[in-house]
Amino acid sequence: MEILVCVKRVPDNEENEIELNSAGNDIETDDLVYSVNEWDNYAVEEAIQMVDANGGSVTVVAVGDEESEEVLRREMAMGAEKGILVSDDAFEGSDGKGIATILKSVVEKGNYDLIMTGAQADAGAAQVGGMLAALMDVPYASLVNKIEVAGDGLKVGREIEGGDQEMNEITLPCVLSIQTGINEPRYVGIRGIRKVASVEIPTMSASDLGLGADAVCEGAAKVTRQDYFLPELGEGAEMLEGSTDEIIEKLIELLKAKGGLQ
Amino acid sequence: MAQIFAYIVHKDGVLDDTALELVTAAKKLGGEAIAVVTGSGVDAVCTEAAASYKEVYKIDNEALAYPNAEVVRKALVSVLPSDAIVLIPHTTFGMDLGPGLSIKMDSAFVADAVDFDGIEGSTLKVVRQEFGGQVSTHMNCDISTGVVINVRPGPFLPDESKSAGGSVVDKSGDLGDLAVGRKFLEIIVPEAGDVDITKSDVLVSVGRGIEDEDNIEAANELAEAMGAVVSCSRPIVDAKWLDKSRQVGTSGQTVKPKVYMAMGISGSFQHLGGIKGSPFIVAVNKNPKAPIFQVADVGIIADILEFMPELTEALGDK
Repeated sequence: MEILVCVKRVPDNEENEIELNSAGNDIETDDLVYSVNEWDNYAVEEAIQMVDANGGSVTVVAVGDEESEEVLRREMAMGAEKGILVSDDAFEGSDGKGIATILKSVVEKGNYDLIMTGAQADAGAAQVGGMLAALMDVPYASLVNKIEVAGDGLKVGREIEGGDQEMNEITLPCVLSIQTGINEPRYVGIRGIRKVASVEIPTMSASDLGLGADAVCEGAAKVTRQDYFLPELGEGAEMLEGSTDEIIEKLIELLKAKGGLQ
Repeated sequence: MAQIFAYIVHKDGVLDDTALELVTAAKKLGGEAIAVVTGSGVDAVCTEAAASYKEVYKIDNEALAYPNAEVVRKALVSVLPSDAIVLIPHTTFGMDLGPGLSIKMDSAFVADAVDFDGIEGSTLKVVRQEFGGQVSTHMNCDISTGVVINVRPGPFLPDESKSAGGSVVDKSGDLGDLAVGRKFLEIIVPEAGDVDITKSDVLVSVGRGIEDEDNIEAANELAEAMGAVVSCSRPIVDAKWLDKSRQVGTSGQTVKPKVYMAMGISGSFQHLGGIKGSPFIVAVNKNPKAPIFQVADVGIIADILEFMPELTEALGDK
């Protein structure tokens, strides 16, 4: 089975306090720590496990600037055989449909049975996988937390509300967006990264992919971000301050009053 | 302005909470929505929806008996006008449906909208969040060829007036081919865990801030000192440190405690969606920007690995 996994380099939510710049209209990017999008890591692990069991190979693709190469290399150290970096200034400002259009053209350059994305990334839109499938006219399932090969197709579980699992049969080729928790992604050490340090990762541009500015980029985007601002939801918490002892004393008082100590 | 449509989620003949929230969302857009009900044998659901929507499109077909997003997408493409403003709840179903629907309708798509900031000409201003709710953004959206908007459950209060006295229009005859490459098989319900977190009045709930499996013990000790039960957020279950039955959130359990201790939990909307009944929420997090502080009653900026043992010890002294 030939599997393509779409990965993205994103600011690491765990490591960063996202702050606004001094003008208050964009996020401060200077000190951000980047890593592979968490969901994508699960997708790559799942693809590797499927190939280990059924044969074939895993290719990882990222749309981004040259720094996305480190993310591709990390996923190759996990066991993805090939990496493709799709990079072009013309892609700047693409919306979800633009990214899906770029990925579709990458898919058409290969011969893949299965395409995976993470269920969502830093913007929390959860959109590229479903758009890609619709552009390719192949079936799609989102939030996948189980995959089994079944005959010519797959049996996939989707995570739905309440922790229930929705089981589906799906034909190949198809696009699946992968939910966290589907597996336990393997650890990648420095040694693993070194092993793939010299593997060549081809870069594809808009012209390599036959994409015009009408299809992607800011001009084609129907959805554009205007600014960033800090949300005001409700009144916010009463922050307890002071020494740890003072905070704990006050908290215990509150917990007693609210029935928090049984 | 183009016509607004609201996709009605229903289960076992009952409208989902989002059905009435979309009434409010449509009003915020400056219009009244037409409800769209798909399914098999949905007359009762349509009648119920007509209490809140002036018009209800009934799309009834055996192939729609289970809401398989691939089939629903084909149904909506054949029934709705191409410039429609389509509102869909941003749930596991909406995430399955919305993006692909926007491609097939050649419309713009906005995911997880939390508010609208008006329409000027063909530009709709949508408010949404990024980075797990740490920052918000204004998105401009060109709706000249229609738009599919996935609306977050919760921010739009349900319109309970039920005074629309609407009519049901049967659109089932407009359906085209509904064949798809994905077939629904069954729903698997997870096995019950060792404890039922939904029954506890006090929950000590841990998130990523716990950092390591070994540190779960500190939460257990605090819970014991408080007479509480330990629950958690999604990453703890993903890491297999606690059982799925202990997960609070839309994809886990819905809890209604009196007191909720959010320990090292950032507070994604999926997590908060599992907390009902307005409990007293105490949030402890070392990130002062954590969204949990916006919804908590009391907040403490601290590392839970230091704070929890100190609180446990102080409770032992009392």
